[in-house]
Amino acid sequence: MKVSYNWLNESLDLSGVSPRELAEQITLTGIEVDSVSEPANELKNIVVGHVLTAERMADSDHLNVTVVEVGQDEPIQIVCGAPNVKAGQKVIVALPGARLVNGLKIKKSKLRGVVSNGMICSLEELGFSDSVIPKNSEEGIYVLPEDAQIGEDALPYLGLNDAFIELDITPNRADALSMRGVAYEAGAILEQTPKFTGVNLSEDPTDSVDEYVNVSVENSEDNPIYKMRVIKDLVVTESPLWLQRKLMHAGIRPIDAVVDVTNYIMLEYGQPLHAFDYDALNSKDILVRRARGSETLVTLDGQERKLSSDNLVITNGADPVALAGVMGGENTHVTGETKTVALESAVFESSLIRKTAQALNLRSESSSRFEKGLNKETVQDALDHAAALIASLGKGQVVSGTAEVVSEEPAYQTVTTTLNKINGSLGTDLTVGEVENIFNRLGFENSVTVDEISVTVPPRRWDISIEADLLEEVARIYGYDQLPSTLPRSESVPGELTHAQKLTRFTRHYMEGCGLGQAISYALTTTEKAAAFSLEESAPVELDWPMSEEHKALRQSLLSGLLDNVQYNVARQTKNVALFEIGRIFTRQEKDLPKETTHVAGVMTGSLVENSWQETEIRVDYFAVKGIVEEWLDTLGVLEGISFVPFKELPELHPGRTAKVLWNGQYIGVIGQLHPQLAQDRDLNDTVVFELNMEPLLANEQDTLTYESIPKYPGTSRDIAFVVDESVLHAEVMDVMTEVGGKWLRSIRLFDLYQGDNIEAGKKSLAYTLSYLNPEATLKEEEVNSDFEKVKQALVERVQADIR
Amino acid sequence: MGIEEQLTGVLAKAVTDIDSAESVKEIEAIRVSYLGKKGEITSILKGMKDVSPQQRPVIGKKANEVRDELTAVLNQKKERLEKEALQKQLEAETIDVTLPGRQVKKGQTHVLTQIMEDIEDLFLGMGYQIIEGNEVESDYYNFERVNLPQNHPARDMQDTFYITPDVLLRTHTSPIQARTLENHDFSKGPLKMISPGKVYRRDTDDATHSHQFHQIEGMVIDENITMADLKGTLELLAKKMFGEEREIRLRPSYFPFTEPSVEVDVSCFKCGGEGCNVCKKTGWIEILGAGMTHPNVLEMSGVDSSKYGGFAFGLGPDRIAMLKYGVDDIRHFYLNDQRFLTQFKRKG
Repeated sequence: MKVSYNWLNESLDLSGVSPRELAEQITLTGIEVDSVSEPANELKNIVVGHVLTAERMADSDHLNVTVVEVGQDEPIQIVCGAPNVKAGQKVIVALPGARLVNGLKIKKSKLRGVVSNGMICSLEELGFSDSVIPKNSEEGIYVLPEDAQIGEDALPYLGLNDAFIELDITPNRADALSMRGVAYEAGAILEQTPKFTGVNLSEDPTDSVDEYVNVSVENSEDNPIYKMRVIKDLVVTESPLWLQRKLMHAGIRPIDAVVDVTNYIMLEYGQPLHAFDYDALNSKDILVRRARGSETLVTLDGQERKLSSDNLVITNGADPVALAGVMGGENTHVTGETKTVALESAVFESSLIRKTAQALNLRSESSSRFEKGLNKETVQDALDHAAALIASLGKGQVVSGTAEVVSEEPAYQTVTTTLNKINGSLGTDLTVGEVENIFNRLGFENSVTVDEISVTVPPRRWDISIEADLLEEVARIYGYDQLPSTLPRSESVPGELTHAQKLTRFTRHYMEGCGLGQAISYALTTTEKAAAFSLEESAPVELDWPMSEEHKALRQSLLSGLLDNVQYNVARQTKNVALFEIGRIFTRQEKDLPKETTHVAGVMTGSLVENSWQETEIRVDYFAVKGIVEEWLDTLGVLEGISFVPFKELPELHPGRTAKVLWNGQYIGVIGQLHPQLAQDRDLNDTVVFELNMEPLLANEQDTLTYESIPKYPGTSRDIAFVVDESVLHAEVMDVMTEVGGKWLRSIRLFDLYQGDNIEAGKKSLAYTLSYLNPEATLKEEEVNSDFEKVKQALVERVQADIR
Repeated sequence: MGIEEQLTGVLAKAVTDIDSAESVKEIEAIRVSYLGKKGEITSILKGMKDVSPQQRPVIGKKANEVRDELTAVLNQKKERLEKEALQKQLEAETIDVTLPGRQVKKGQTHVLTQIMEDIEDLFLGMGYQIIEGNEVESDYYNFERVNLPQNHPARDMQDTFYITPDVLLRTHTSPIQARTLENHDFSKGPLKMISPGKVYRRDTDDATHSHQFHQIEGMVIDENITMADLKGTLELLAKKMFGEEREIRLRPSYFPFTEPSVEVDVSCFKCGGEGCNVCKKTGWIEILGAGMTHPNVLEMSGVDSSKYGGFAFGLGPDRIAMLKYGVDDIRHFYLNDQRFLTQFKRKG
């Protein structure tokens, strides 16, 4: 809502407060101000001129040489390109030295050798938007009324010596979508009661509205108030300048005096009105009802609308003539030929208007007011005021009486609270007098005592209905800057991270320590990518109405997004990428909300160590990533229950270089190299990834760790080397050795793996160090030897090892 | 020639040898060749058997003197040579200490996580718990339970991604409030919570809009919580995020789940309130929304609003990060360009 300071000044005394001061106070006590504009600051030296002569320039098809009287000793010559310039017009002249919008300066100049001493202005050149300029002034200069005074400052004629405060109105404060609403609000701030000029309505006592219309409403819930007046014997003309400029500055294009009045009254009262050409209605009956399925209506914009029972329509008893609250019909709108106007002022059910406006994409100043609610007390006032104004501008007469169906009276709500409640909620120390003063400033009838506060809220503030609403009114008028600052003095409760939250934070720090940076990717992706890498088969969770294919389905893995990130980086010459993400993945469930599972995933590509003056490059490989995962699992204390099993089934990963991660037999994730085909498709080199379901690990609370004493006795070790079939897994060998290793075997370390020359094809050589320790005594040579011998035997028997 | 003379001659010869020696090894060889079992002095002293008993003590004394002198000279020279050798070694071992160190690769926390964790830590210290909820929610918890019934005009303010007519991607973290409220046992103390997380709105992605962003909300419900408590808490938060010198101001606003509702501005951290590009010449920057929890929200969760009340606030870490670090495009937070991410590794 764009509020004119001068218009507001009609009902309040703003002499002591500048537009910017007022805007600041409005922002701090009630409604956010978006901007304040003062056009006169940009415009200088612009006066009223009188065109004495206008002649087409000899060698031009559009330029005119005009002589214009501008209140100086001599008239001045101006070359003007506007098609509509004519002798005798009062026009807006920018004199040499004038400034127009966007810093444009006017100088004496020559056009095709002809001297031009200024410029005759269009409204656009003065800063009016194309969308608000009257149609007949769109293609040229603006013509002022004949009584404009030659040589006077032209800005007041156009309302440009004003300031405009743009309010950003929240849904609860739709009462401020009118000049009167804003006047009450500003009045409360300035401690003034706004004064509105009364309506001077004279009716033709010889003619009754009942002779013209017979109003009925099918369902009073859809349409609690419907009122109609008739104005007759009209001549529809352009509206006067004072009216046009008010509309233009509010962002509405002037059309004709009737339509302009309805818009003006809407701005003043917040009450949308609609004017019908009475004769075009072809009926006395006005019936408000739901549209029927098969009906259509050609609206004002010339479009045929298919209607449904969700739409409320005004009918002439038989057919729809307007979409209630949204748009009028083309056949019944007011034209230059209109003699009699049927003027509607009504309250329609807001959600109905909202649905219709949304479905037909017809949001307007009117529909948005119906949607957000109206002041039910001024439905009649607005109608009377508009009827009187239309009659006076069109030299017509208002027929006596209002045809109406009213099922709801404006409600004065009584809301109560107490001084204790106010002070207890706000943390203030207000007195009875201060609270009383606040309600008086708001213009609310009230009775305030120490024990009870009772406030009667007028219908113009339909947003106030409960005690909390009163508290807000008190707080904002008192001033939030006046509130003390304290902290809650509640019973102390411990604030600490849960076990899962701690582990999640630890995981992040751990991954960062391993050189991986934290990524946050989009959870919405394409349907294909959503399903890629998923550990669990599931139908995708898809949006009902996506904005694009790119963000359509919820991810079922984190890797899909991380891979996008890697690709993005590599395509921008970042060759070494190491990222991890902790986030949710989504699995569809039959009845409940989708299951959300927290995963951790990582991706590495490029080199771990780059070639440098002293280091040779180490490329990322499967084992680098596996090491990171293993140490993480070990730190969580779960590594003992973990096994890595060759896994060929995930199509996105290399079938020979992928392991499935099992924890106590439960499938919790994968580690693997990206499938070469996928890597090639995405222009990536060797890329290794992992993704693990964190939830079972986070839920796993372990027994408290117990200290083990530092060994007092030395340990000893034995090395073993042997050849086995290359199909024998390290894990199998480890299982054998661990199983038979004896009670002193502490650890086994693989120190060599060899395949190639000197070894039979299809075989590999493995070498391990077995470390033994007895914490209680020095180990005897014979004990170790006999244990070690058992390992050798078992290897020979169980994995056909050829011991070297 | 007498033994005495021989000894004197050997000493002189030895000193010449020592003088010309160039290594510790040579010195040891000289030591052996003169003082060893088969050394020259030993062999000279074998002639003692021919010396008269009166002369023997004299010669014995002389021999000791020569031996001591020779040892001293040897040791002195050895020490000097050792020093020289060490010096040479040090010179040979000298490196260019300005060469770069070995590579250490370290990742960094995402800037949005840093902001959320800072806020979490501030409130953990004041006895709040951190509660995370579902990103996919029911319409009922996301809207109705936070006082946004069907057809409420404020639903327009948040365009929503629906999965089915009843299931949606949460548009704010507020459904966690309702879910937590309905389970909280007030006999065990007040409810103080912080809920961070991802939220989603139907927005076309551009420099200032993102269909996915983050929110962090806080709520306190107890007896006797005042709006002044909200103001004090927000002041603390603003100072934590933007510096000790910051002031805040509250402006009336509207959220369906709070009444009164306020928007909170912080005094511009760039210009200090003078007016600059960051604060659009106003001296103030809007950073969060807040208010006193609407009684309907409490009642719908089975909490007696005549006894309990409190406040809630919410802010967007994405916006905070953009303001604080001058990030000009919100999409940077989700594209994970390492050239962007690594800029936020600084801790000091």
